[in-house]
Amino acid sequence: MLNSSQKLNPKLWDKDIEQVAIRKGFGEGLVMAGEQNPDVVGLCSDLTESTQMHLFKNKFPERFFEMGIAEQSMASVASGMSAMGKIPFITSYAMFSPGRNWEQIRTTICYNNRAVVIAGSHAGVSVGPDGGTHQAIEDIAITRVIPRMTVISPCDYIEARKATVACAELGSPVYIRLAREKTPVITTDDTPFEIGKAQLYYGKTGDKADVGIIATGALVYRALKVAEGLSKQGVSVKVLNVATIKPLDTEAVFQLADDTRAIVTVEEHQVVGGLGSAVAEYLAENLPTPIEFVGVRDQFGQSGTPNELLEHYGMGESHILDAVKKVLDRKK
Amino acid sequence: MLHNITPEKIKFLEEKARDIRISIIQMLVAAGSGHSAGPLGMADVFTALYFYILKHDPKTPTWPGRDRLVLSNGHIAPVLYATMAHSGYFPVSELLTLRKFGSRLQGHPHREYLPMLETSSGPLGSGLSQAVGMALVDRLDRGVDSDRFFYCLVGDGELDEGQNWEAIMLAGKEKLGRLIMIVDRNNIQIDGYTEDVMPLESLVHKFESFGWHVEEIDGHNFADIVAGIGRAQSVFDGPSVVIAHTIPGKGVSYMERDFKWHGNPPGTNIAGEPPKEQQAEIALRELRTLSGQITSEHE
Repeated sequence: MLNSSQKLNPKLWDKDIEQVAIRKGFGEGLVMAGEQNPDVVGLCSDLTESTQMHLFKNKFPERFFEMGIAEQSMASVASGMSAMGKIPFITSYAMFSPGRNWEQIRTTICYNNRAVVIAGSHAGVSVGPDGGTHQAIEDIAITRVIPRMTVISPCDYIEARKATVACAELGSPVYIRLAREKTPVITTDDTPFEIGKAQLYYGKTGDKADVGIIATGALVYRALKVAEGLSKQGVSVKVLNVATIKPLDTEAVFQLADDTRAIVTVEEHQVVGGLGSAVAEYLAENLPTPIEFVGVRDQFGQSGTPNELLEHYGMGESHILDAVKKVLDRKK
Repeated sequence: MLHNITPEKIKFLEEKARDIRISIIQMLVAAGSGHSAGPLGMADVFTALYFYILKHDPKTPTWPGRDRLVLSNGHIAPVLYATMAHSGYFPVSELLTLRKFGSRLQGHPHREYLPMLETSSGPLGSGLSQAVGMALVDRLDRGVDSDRFFYCLVGDGELDEGQNWEAIMLAGKEKLGRLIMIVDRNNIQIDGYTEDVMPLESLVHKFESFGWHVEEIDGHNFADIVAGIGRAQSVFDGPSVVIAHTIPGKGVSYMERDFKWHGNPPGTNIAGEPPKEQQAEIALRELRTLSGQITSEHE
C-alpha cells in the first residue's frame, strides 16, 4: 500500500486525479526562489512561456535576460553571472539545453564550478506531436556523466516546485528535468523532498517485498498504479521515487534491493545511461541483484500522442508489469 | 590618463615585455609542449594590461572592485601565467612547472588549480559569453556608474566559433559599454592562415554591423595599445572591440608569422627551421637584444 508517511495525494487513485504540468511547478518554484533570494536571475533562449519562466520574468523583469535562440552562449553567460555572485537559472527545451550546449555546460559551468541551474523542459517522448527532434531522451545520460553535476527529475508539479526552490540553494551545478504534458499530481505540500534523497512511496519502510520498482519523473505515477494492481493480486511491491538521479541515494537503493532482491527501473529516457544505469552501476558493485529496465531501447522518438508513444517505446503500465514478471522469474 | 603615457613608462613596459617573452620561452622549453606563437605575439598587449591599464591588486586577487580579464583562447596560457607572475600574483620561479603533474599552471587555465583566474578556458569561443554575463551583472548591481571594465581576450581564429557571434549579438543588444573585447589579429591558426582556413574579413565591418565600436591598434606599439584601449574605455553606449594586429611569434625571428609555430614549443623538429637543439638558445638570444625595438620599428 501507499506509504502513509509520505503524505501523498489522497485522491491518487481517483479517475479524475488533478493533472498539472511538471514545468509549471518549475515556473512557480522559480518565482518563490526569486522572492527568497534577490541574487536569483533567469535566462531564456526564446522559450520563456514554454518553459514557464515567464512567471519569473513578469515578477522580476529586471532580473530576467532574454538570450535569443542561443543556448551555447546562454550557458556561458550564466557562468559569468555566477562568477559575479548571481544564481542563474537557464531554460530551454532539454534537447537544446543541456543538449546543444553540452560542452559549454561541462567547461564553463561544471569545470569552472559555477552554481548554475539548468532547467530542461519538454524532456521525454511525451512531448508528443513535435516528434523525435524535440524529444530529449538522452539528457540524463549526458548530464550525469559530468563531474560536479547534480541531476534532478521531479515526479510531478509539486515536487518540481520544491526541487526548483532547493536548486537555488544548492551552490553547485544542477540539471533539473521537466516535462511538458499535464501529469497526475502524486505528492502534496507535505510530502518530504530533499536533494539527494529517494523516497519510498509504496510499501512500508523495513518490510520485505517481492519486487522493488525504482522510478523517476512522470512515470512514477504509472509505477504506483502497477504496484497497486499487483498488490491486489498478492504480489508485494515497493516503489522508490528517485527524484535525484545524481548523486544517487545509494542507501535507499541498497535497502530496497536488500528488501526485495528483484528490481525494476522505470524512466522516460534511454535505458543506456539513465536512472537504470545508475542503479545497475551501484548494485553491480555493492549488492548484485536481478534488474529489469523500462525505458527507450536505443531508438529515436516520433510524432504521436504521449500515450501512444509511451506504449510504442515500451514504457506503458503493461511494460512495467511485464518487467516485474520477468524479474520475479529470474529471482526464482 | 591612458592617452598621456610617458616615454619612461613605455621603456618600462618594453623591458617588462622582454622579460615576459623570455619567461615564455623558458616555460615552453621546460614543459616540452605548448603554444609559442600566440603567447609571444600577445606579450605586449598583456604587459600593457597588467602593468598599466588594469585596475587590479596582485596581492588581493579577489578584490571585488577589480577589472575582470577573461582569457578566452586558453591555449595562450603561457603569456597569461608569465605576465601574472611578473606582476606579482605568484613567484616567477613557479612558471617552470607549466603543464607538469600537480602544477597550478595547467596546460589550459583552470581556476580550480589557480583560483586567482577569472575563469577556466581552452575550448574556444566561450569566453566572450562569460564576460558578457559578468558585465550584465555589473550593470544590474551597479548601474551605469560602475567603474569596472570587463576585458575579454580572444584569438582571431577563434572567431570561427559560432558562439562568439551569439555573444557579440547579445552584447550589442545590451549596449554593454563596460565590455572591451581584444582580438589577437595575428592571421594564423593551426591549419594555416585565417583567410585560407575561414576568411574573417572584413572584421571591422562585421563588428560595426553588430553594434560594436571598433578600434584597430598595432599590438606591438605600447603608445598605440594604451591609446586604443583608452578610446574603447571612453565609449559608454555600447561594447568595444580592439583589434590588435600582432605578429605571431614576435621577437623570435624563425617563429614570426609562421603558423607552424602556433602549437609547438622551441625544441621541435620542423622542416626548414633551426635545429631543434638550437631553437631555445636562438630565441633567448634574440629576445635579450629586443629591447627598444618593439615600438621603434613601427614609428
